[in-house]
Amino acid sequence: MFPLRSLILCVCVLLAGCGERAWNDPYPGDPRVANTLYTSFRDPPKHLDPARSYAANEWIFISQIYEPPLQYHYLKRPHQLMPALSASMPTVRPLSASGYEVWGDVKPAQTVYEIRIPKGVRYQPHPAFADNGSVDDLLDPARLLAQPDRELIAEDLVYQIKRLAHPALASPIYGLMSEYITGLGAYRDTLEAAWAKQGRAGWLDLRQFPLAGAEVVDRYTLRIHIDGSYPQFIYWLATPFFAPIPWEADRFYARPGMAERNLSLDTHPIGSGPYLLLESDPNRRITLARNPNWHGETYPVAGPPDLLADAGKALPFIDRAVYTLEKESIPYWGKFLQGWYDHSGISSDSFDSAVAIGASGDVQVTEAMQAKGIKLQTETESSIFYLGFNWLDPVVGGDAESARLLRRALAIAVDYEEFIAIFRNGRGIAAQGPLAPGIAGYREGEAGINPMTHEWVDGHPQRRALAEARELLAQAGYADGVDPLTGKPLLLYLDAAASSGPDSKAMLDWWRKQIAKLGLRLVVRDTDYNRFQDKMRKGQAQLFQWGWNADYPDPENFLFLFYGPNGKAAHGGENAANYANPEFDALFERMKDLPNGDDRQAVIDRMVGILREDVPWLFGFHPVEFRLNHAWLYNVKPNLIARNTLKYQRVDAEARAAATGAWNRPVLWPLSGLLIGLLVLVAPGWWALRQRERRVGVEEA
Amino acid sequence: MGAYLIRRLLYAIPILIGVNLLTFALFFLVNSPDDMARAHLGNKRVTAEAVEAWKRERGYNRPLLYNAGRDGIERVTDTLFFTKSIRLFVFDFGQADSGRAIADDIRQRAPPSLALAVPTFVIGLLLNVTLALGIVLFRASVLDWLGQIGLVALMSVSSLFYIIAGQYLFGKLMRLAPISGYVDGWEAWRFLVLPIAVGVIAGIGAGVRWYRSLFLEEIGKDYVRTARAKGLGEAQVLVGHVLRNALIPILTGAVVLLPLLFLGSLIMESFFGIPGLGSYTIEGIQAQDFAIVRAMVFLGAVLYILGLLLTDIAYTLVDPRVRL
Repeated sequence: MFPLRSLILCVCVLLAGCGERAWNDPYPGDPRVANTLYTSFRDPPKHLDPARSYAANEWIFISQIYEPPLQYHYLKRPHQLMPALSASMPTVRPLSASGYEVWGDVKPAQTVYEIRIPKGVRYQPHPAFADNGSVDDLLDPARLLAQPDRELIAEDLVYQIKRLAHPALASPIYGLMSEYITGLGAYRDTLEAAWAKQGRAGWLDLRQFPLAGAEVVDRYTLRIHIDGSYPQFIYWLATPFFAPIPWEADRFYARPGMAERNLSLDTHPIGSGPYLLLESDPNRRITLARNPNWHGETYPVAGPPDLLADAGKALPFIDRAVYTLEKESIPYWGKFLQGWYDHSGISSDSFDSAVAIGASGDVQVTEAMQAKGIKLQTETESSIFYLGFNWLDPVVGGDAESARLLRRALAIAVDYEEFIAIFRNGRGIAAQGPLAPGIAGYREGEAGINPMTHEWVDGHPQRRALAEARELLAQAGYADGVDPLTGKPLLLYLDAAASSGPDSKAMLDWWRKQIAKLGLRLVVRDTDYNRFQDKMRKGQAQLFQWGWNADYPDPENFLFLFYGPNGKAAHGGENAANYANPEFDALFERMKDLPNGDDRQAVIDRMVGILREDVPWLFGFHPVEFRLNHAWLYNVKPNLIARNTLKYQRVDAEARAAATGAWNRPVLWPLSGLLIGLLVLVAPGWWALRQRERRVGVEEA
Repeated sequence: MGAYLIRRLLYAIPILIGVNLLTFALFFLVNSPDDMARAHLGNKRVTAEAVEAWKRERGYNRPLLYNAGRDGIERVTDTLFFTKSIRLFVFDFGQADSGRAIADDIRQRAPPSLALAVPTFVIGLLLNVTLALGIVLFRASVLDWLGQIGLVALMSVSSLFYIIAGQYLFGKLMRLAPISGYVDGWEAWRFLVLPIAVGVIAGIGAGVRWYRSLFLEEIGKDYVRTARAKGLGEAQVLVGHVLRNALIPILTGAVVLLPLLFLGSLIMESFFGIPGLGSYTIEGIQAQDFAIVRAMVFLGAVLYILGLLLTDIAYTLVDPRVRL
């Protein structure tokens, strides 16, 4: 029995080192009670440089670190812009070619945005501001916080706008911004020449190259010049693309040896926002800590009453935020239930154990979740998933009446409500048009339904009967789905990007079934995403599935997906259906310059009406995000347009420590069972061996 | 031996060129530089100009294998293949297409992979050999028969099941260890104990059966009969003679794996949140990052060659009859 006793002793010695902590505590280095948010991320961020980053999994981090001139109100819906870094909302002056201000319907030659920042705003501490800042100063959290800083000035905002054109950065919005910011296109050529001249390496000091479209007025004021007018530009001022960057950052990270150690703005940001990056390991853990230099802000005083307990209090509430890479949903969910993550999404696997849908369709957490005090929050995303018809296709596309009737028939037949129920556990709402809820111009209730596909019955939209679809199909010349040219069911082709998801095959089968309801046949052309994109660029698809996430909460950001000059095949734009309708295009050009109000609503209604009649898309669904929060997490309001939400959230660290302590007491008795089981396995062998050796001894004797 | 090693190292050069060429051909058969640019630039607002700029900045605007627009040797050297491959041979992996330094990524990610893989390998090897010897000790008995049934059953279960079951039992229900995660330093043992246990248990079925067959092959040989005739007990025969003589095939299987432990395990690391190299190549493929793919395939090939070389050297150590 000596080995067993030794084993137990060893285990005890090891476990004695665990102290009061739960044995399964995944944060052994942290205090048990800490004002820290614990959360996770699934995909490692590639770029934390605000000129390059254009992905939600990256903005989760940089939106806490960088502070652009504007932000969205945390609690108000529809979304409302308000100052963040800037002292007030920018003044916008439309000017004629001769520089005079213009009003009314006069088209301006340029629009000038003047932004004023307050005095005394300072960057986070960073070795870039020191004369001899070292790598250790950057990587050691204690030394980082002791580094110098400097005041943020207007030139830093201009510097970042210039960085959008830097050839080495390949900013994703350079193409768009070069169409609007005065001189940005030519500026790229200037930088390209200078960059090539210095061997495409090192630090290119952008301060020595002036940009006509970004002008420093004084130390705290800048002007951005826009060619013509682009009213949606103001929304871009709320994105990290326009957050200030100190020139010292580029100089610091251009030093020899930095790139070889992966030290750059992509891994170690320098911001002026409420948090700074303390630990950067995108393959394991990213830690943010309160920026001691942040200029401050208070919690909103207007919004839903249940979220106003901290109204007027100074932000941020949380000192640290620890983001742990969690690639797999099973361990992620297990750790959330143990209290090691403060909030969680819900995967399909765990949906039934987390959410109960009542007989009346109401959604709530299950009793097991309620017992843990877990709360459910839902928020409709500013996104749409759709099925597009290629306008260039001779069968389903174009303005011909037969094609339009065919599309309308399909719009009724494809039951997206069923799709949402089967494949998304009800987490979505069937789209009635291209605009997502929460976007200006979106209409709720009966006024918002698509009369081509739905009726208003008992206070709810109800999809029209299949018989109506069949009738439309017959009018299109395909009675019972038969193509008169071949005498066989009409063949339609769906181009889809191959997915390895568990539901992908079932989803394609579902599509075939939907089309077959009309007697048509669907051929699925499943390709990899590269080929799919290639087909889309060449306009070779017939039917295709795609989606769109809004960049900003303006209807222009959805309706431009149908604007003719944005056609993907002809112009390389985002109009993937290659839809073209002169009336729609004219209305779009008018709508995008109008302020929100009745006039704009009327134009949007007409535009949406045209799309419903023409059916370039089957308006699929708007996803609804389900989020679970532990009882100790407060002030959570999902905001899928803006990501700078960390500063508003609050954690009751004492309550969390008590709960995780109670939920994570080790269960030891199965270990005894395991040891007994091992003994049961070993003992017969031991006995048999002893018997055999004894027998040999007898024989020898 | 010196001449042999030099000869083998020289053989490695054409092998590595071939591996590199094959990787290049397969990668660009599936992905074009335009596809790569679009994958890196994202799905929104990507213009043709942005694609060209991205390719120019990273050198993907060159012809793949032959540059007809150049003269002389530059027709070969001013190509994508040459410029992206040549520095690998001095182990300069350069930057990933996303901009990260590959050598630094490998340096950061290799230690956690090794921290998981080495104990799993060593404990697994010792346990499997011990269990195999134990079963051989009771060969042709009920215990042997039951053991084989158990081993086949263990082999039949997917490794994913072991991981999920291990996390569920020991992490979620019994709360003995974190379900996933990792920290540096000695505290890492808390996070490694569960994946190591799971890895060892998952390997028992196949490992023990393999070693059992090796030992059974040896046990019928003359030297074993001689040892028994000398009056040695069965346990002494197994450990002192059979095990020593079975070391050559054991080494063949084990030593070749040693360098590859460095590359980590995709599923184990992914489920247990170990920030190792296991998923690095897959991430590179998914992100269409040729720089990562070529570097990791090259490294894998080098390590495999190294493993085979180590195996040859190990032969000479365990069997004096072998001369290199």
